[in-house]
Amino acid sequence: MSQPDANVYYVPHKSRWPIVATLGMFLFMVGAANWLNGHDTAGQVILALGALTIVGMMFGWFGNVIRESLKGTFNSQVDTSFRMGMMWFIMSEVFFFAAFFGGLFYIRTFVVPWLGGLGDKGVLTNGYIWQGFSAAWPTNGPEAIGGAFNVTSPWRIPLINTLLLLSSSITVTVAHHALRAGNRKRLIGFLGLTIVLGILFLFGQAIEYSDNYLHLNMTLHSGIYGATFYILTGFHCLHVTLGTIMLIVMWLRCVRGHFNREHHFAFEAVSWYWHFVDVIWLCLFLFVYIL
Amino acid sequence: MSSTAQAVHYEEHHQGWFERWFMSTNHKDIGTLYLSFSFLMLFVGGSFAMLIRAELFEPGMQLMQPYFFNELTSMHGLVMIFGVIMPSFVGLANWMIPMQIGAPDMALPRLNNLSFWILPFAFVLLLSTFFMPGGAPAAGWTMYPPLVLQGGESIAFMIFAIHLMGISSILGSINIIATILNLRAPGLDLLKMPMFCWSWLITSFLVIAVMPVLAGAVTMMLFDRFFGTNFFNAAAGGDPVMYQHVFWFFGHPEVYIMILPAFGIISEIVPTFSRKPLFGYKAMVYAIACIAFLSFIVWSHHMFTVGLPLGAEVFFMFSTMLIAVPTGVKIFNWVATMWRGSLSFEVPMLWAIAFIVLFSIGGFSGVMMALVPADFQYNQTYFIVAHFHYVLVGGALFSIIGAVYYWLPKWSGHMYSNFWSKLHFWSSAISVNVLFFPQHFLGLAGMPRRIPDYNVAFADWNMVSSIGGFWFGATQLIFVGVVIHCVFFSKAKAASRVWEHAYGLEWTLPSPAPHHSFTVPPVIDDSQLAHGDISH
Repeated sequence: MSQPDANVYYVPHKSRWPIVATLGMFLFMVGAANWLNGHDTAGQVILALGALTIVGMMFGWFGNVIRESLKGTFNSQVDTSFRMGMMWFIMSEVFFFAAFFGGLFYIRTFVVPWLGGLGDKGVLTNGYIWQGFSAAWPTNGPEAIGGAFNVTSPWRIPLINTLLLLSSSITVTVAHHALRAGNRKRLIGFLGLTIVLGILFLFGQAIEYSDNYLHLNMTLHSGIYGATFYILTGFHCLHVTLGTIMLIVMWLRCVRGHFNREHHFAFEAVSWYWHFVDVIWLCLFLFVYIL
Repeated sequence: MSSTAQAVHYEEHHQGWFERWFMSTNHKDIGTLYLSFSFLMLFVGGSFAMLIRAELFEPGMQLMQPYFFNELTSMHGLVMIFGVIMPSFVGLANWMIPMQIGAPDMALPRLNNLSFWILPFAFVLLLSTFFMPGGAPAAGWTMYPPLVLQGGESIAFMIFAIHLMGISSILGSINIIATILNLRAPGLDLLKMPMFCWSWLITSFLVIAVMPVLAGAVTMMLFDRFFGTNFFNAAAGGDPVMYQHVFWFFGHPEVYIMILPAFGIISEIVPTFSRKPLFGYKAMVYAIACIAFLSFIVWSHHMFTVGLPLGAEVFFMFSTMLIAVPTGVKIFNWVATMWRGSLSFEVPMLWAIAFIVLFSIGGFSGVMMALVPADFQYNQTYFIVAHFHYVLVGGALFSIIGAVYYWLPKWSGHMYSNFWSKLHFWSSAISVNVLFFPQHFLGLAGMPRRIPDYNVAFADWNMVSSIGGFWFGATQLIFVGVVIHCVFFSKAKAASRVWEHAYGLEWTLPSPAPHHSFTVPPVIDDSQLAHGDISH
């Protein structure tokens, strides 16, 4: 098929994938909710069905779009729409993390000092309910919920992980430049290196988590410190996992020669996403580990 | 031959019922789905309200257990906010934005279909909780912990339903931003766009900024309930008030998500029936942007009585009162648009004028509550119920109904019944005041909200309010009749330019509008635009 006419608007064909996607999400959530409520078997079966539907939908929907893209269906206007879509999607992710960072700052700036007796608000709780609790960070609160715990040093695995993610942001950029220069070998090599760095990062997180649980008694139950630590690093880890899967898909597509110098929106979108998880990690490293 | 023409050709000739409504990439069909869904939810949420007003008709417990009453108030709020007001605005955006900017469709039509279809599934999740052990969520639509965490099996379903609704509205907003920024016809500058597009562009940014924050808040709740974290437990160093802060950081911009598109609609209707251009177009745009910015720094005014430090109370009091300035700009500009105009009072104009009056009343009571010392009396009383129903029913819902009456002839190609639509308006406009105005008196006298029984001293006004409620509820059945008649049975053909002084690209299309609005970018003639003269 010839190149699309830039003067005519493009509207895609009808698609069965959105309704399949919603069905998958619905089943996934019904399953998860039932499982959480203690209906284990039914919950797990429905959840698995939902997850399979979602995975199948992704193969179907993305496969469909990739085929259309390879046929040259999309004009530059569609490309811009895709770019805006990805940009604002990442922006919504930023705000998702902002909720947890905001919670952390609020806890550390206000709640813990108040519990320790600071100001008007501190007088009653500290004087009557929890006498003698002194504010500190990390803390598991006046009742030491979850028992005594230790925290990992930021200058060991977290620092290594920081270096891993930072260098992976560089390698993905090198790969992008290689793609634009038409240097296929360099592209595939550096993209592959990015994936390896991402997997190493996840490996580091796994070691850190197991160390926390097995030796430091720093768990989800470890008061507010454990809660904020795991929700922030956990959701970040989930995003790195997704990003790594996306990078692997891009690597396979590069090997198959799906992209050329001008048309490689999917590659750019994934690299934006990768930079995004990198920036989030830098904030985590600073506010969760160091400070 | 381009693939586009083939796509359009394909769609017009091979459309099964399932294909058309479930696999759609058409902004009009998806808009219709959104509007139909929210119309249905209006009656679901409305029936909860009828039950609430029936229980409150007299003092004492008549019809239901107190816990069921709590379930009704909570679910009424969730259904009306996430199932009626937000989806109907998205439905209007779907229908109108591509037609108003000269686009063929939304920028990401398949994503658009996904955004819609998530919603019915989310509401199946949410409404199914009524039939679960422990019943539906009963801690109010704000879902404050620790109370909400004491519910039964509904908690997980409620949280996942909220996640789904969040995903739906975020995807919808991404689509709207991409459509407005990328698909405007050449020559249609941002500052020539209809106000409705402007209001939705800014609303979309709000949605993208705050819906993920709500998702974060309920996710923390999910972890506290099921995975043993202690975000909201002071004994562990957490704080239940942290939930309130995170929730209202979402919640206050959410309030504007539900009113900014209404401002856009009113700014379309008023100039048409005043036969004058909108007064102060640019000021209106800046006012919306200003309100959107301010909405991020006022959230704690929902929490004045939880024990905030004095400095916070003062800051949030003043930032809240500041919002009255850009809002006042809008009200005065609508009035100035009407000033010395050649007014005529077709049905959409009636709803728009009612909006301005009722929304102003709600706005004034809002300024009263912004005052910290006064708010200590109003907090948790029926006064706040009266306040937010004036802005959400008299404001948001009235604007939506007005928008339907304004654009329905364009959508269906037929005119609706003048008599029945006017009856619908007058009956609604009177009954909504009978319903909500007495609640101001009840609240100032000290009647608490969310309680199924009350002191006999409040009996008279509660009965009046309930009568107004049943009246308002029954009146909406007229709306169903008018819409069904107009779409399926009306013989009166609508012209392209349905209203005499209606300007904007949507009125250059025939009525009913063609399946895909514009297949090639239209040539922009400034005299055809409502705001083509940028000197305003």
